[in-house]
Amino acid sequence: MAANARLKSFSMRDFFDRERNLGIMLFMAYPFFLGIWLSLTDSMIGRAGQFIGLRNFVDLLTDTIFHQTAKNTFIYALVTVPFKAMLGLGLALILNRHMRFSSPVRAAVMMPWIVPTALSSLGWFMIFDPVFSPISWLFRNMGLISKNINFLGDPILAISSVCWANIWRGVPFFGITILAGLQSVPQELHEAAAIDGASVWHRFRHVTIPSIKGVVLIASLLSIIWTFADFQLIYILTKGGPANETHIFGTYTYQIGLQATEIGMGAAISLYMFPILAVFAILLLIYLRKEQ
Amino acid sequence: MVGSDVFRAKFFSLYLPLTLYLVFLLFPFYWMLIVSFKPTNDLFDMKFSPFWIQQFTLENYLYLFQNTDFITWLKNTLIVSIVSTILSLVCSIFIGYALARLRFPGSNFLGLGIFLAYLVPPTLLFLPLAQVISELGLNNTYWALILTYPTQLIPFASWLLMGYFRTIPKEIEESAMADGCSRIQILFRMVLPLSVPGLLSAGIFCFTLCWNEFLYALIFMSSGSMKTIPVGTVSDLIKADTLFWGALMASAVLGSFPIAFIYSFFVKHYVSGLTAGAVKG
Repeated sequence: MAANARLKSFSMRDFFDRERNLGIMLFMAYPFFLGIWLSLTDSMIGRAGQFIGLRNFVDLLTDTIFHQTAKNTFIYALVTVPFKAMLGLGLALILNRHMRFSSPVRAAVMMPWIVPTALSSLGWFMIFDPVFSPISWLFRNMGLISKNINFLGDPILAISSVCWANIWRGVPFFGITILAGLQSVPQELHEAAAIDGASVWHRFRHVTIPSIKGVVLIASLLSIIWTFADFQLIYILTKGGPANETHIFGTYTYQIGLQATEIGMGAAISLYMFPILAVFAILLLIYLRKEQ
Repeated sequence: MVGSDVFRAKFFSLYLPLTLYLVFLLFPFYWMLIVSFKPTNDLFDMKFSPFWIQQFTLENYLYLFQNTDFITWLKNTLIVSIVSTILSLVCSIFIGYALARLRFPGSNFLGLGIFLAYLVPPTLLFLPLAQVISELGLNNTYWALILTYPTQLIPFASWLLMGYFRTIPKEIEESAMADGCSRIQILFRMVLPLSVPGLLSAGIFCFTLCWNEFLYALIFMSSGSMKTIPVGTVSDLIKADTLFWGALMASAVLGSFPIAFIYSFFVKHYVSGLTAGAVKG
């Protein structure tokens, strides 16, 4: 009890003073408020702007490229999630089995997730190349196509290709997270169900699925938040092209804010992400609370 | 007969799907690797299968070391990653421990704040940050990245370490405290030695995130001699008309290798770190 009381009365200021953690918060918060301020001005890079109220935000509502950007971002972040989750679940179920060389296999399947995305995207950049694509070569040699596929040059193919690369990168994350969930299922539960005569499918449906539901939901929300705000994969594969058909918020912000130097407008584009990210972050928080 | 049936069942339920997954997940790396060992002329020869090497060469790697700034990029990436990682780990140890053990006014709020900061993506803040960095005159200095990376790393590492510190029984600390140990002594003499796996995963995570970071490095380090490996590879080796595919892939392979190497040794810690911090946190 005495120790407990001391635990409570101990002031942490000795080694972790408020100023320091305030400092960290400020380093995040200051750019955020600066971003809000910039978005309310017509600033250009190197020229401080005038306060123009919400005009940037209003102008974006009638910008067709911005519409396309918003649509792409939803496809890129949301439509890919079920694919990542299903493929990840399959991967986790396989990794959960007893097998030889399980450590190297786990390390190998993690590669798409841990290797620098900018560099692995270069691999995809060549795989999707109009001249050097091995996929085109394969299909051509099988007689399926007569001309190389222009993966990144056609609007529909381009968004599909970047989504494909995005799914490829996300599957290991889902796989390893779901695997962690699977391993926390008590083995007795499976055994008890088996003794009671539950079939493999029933055990999967009523023991495995309920116990990993939470993990899958958390992984999905995290994945949505990260992919929603992605940049590098699209920047390297298409730079938002062809004809702005694959822009997402990150790349469009970069193009307007830095390349076209309209930093005020760029800040407005990125701030449109904020309420959407906030919704997903709140959902995640609510769910994490419930899990605890 | 029974043995072969077991093998067949295992083949269809385990080895076949596993092989398909491995091909799906590893093919791009295989492709990068073989292209990096091919002479450029072989790439244009459509008669041969592009899935195999006709003629092995190291010329792409030689080109990378002799005709590009790869060594400089490597040096920059190492400096920035190591310094940011150490800085972030030191801060995160204190924050993580405070969040795990201490109750103080606003501790719940701080925990929430740290978690939310972890979710703030770089794309939301890079424009205003670019302005701050350029007003401070830090463009093309290591400081630009060493000061901004920890804003991403500290929330994450604190969160992970908090999860780890919580797994250490409180009673050990309470009895040490009853014996007259101070908080600091407990932290450094008992908690940290018991948390080596947690520290290791946090350190690896931080290092990887720094090594892989692209957006901030692209914006803040535009000058040739200050680029990191991902930025240098993308901006210097992709030129409008002539693509040095071989050198491009060689650079991507070399830039990915250290991370792949570290992970193949620490994959166990990775999984346990994830369970301790990110998922169950």
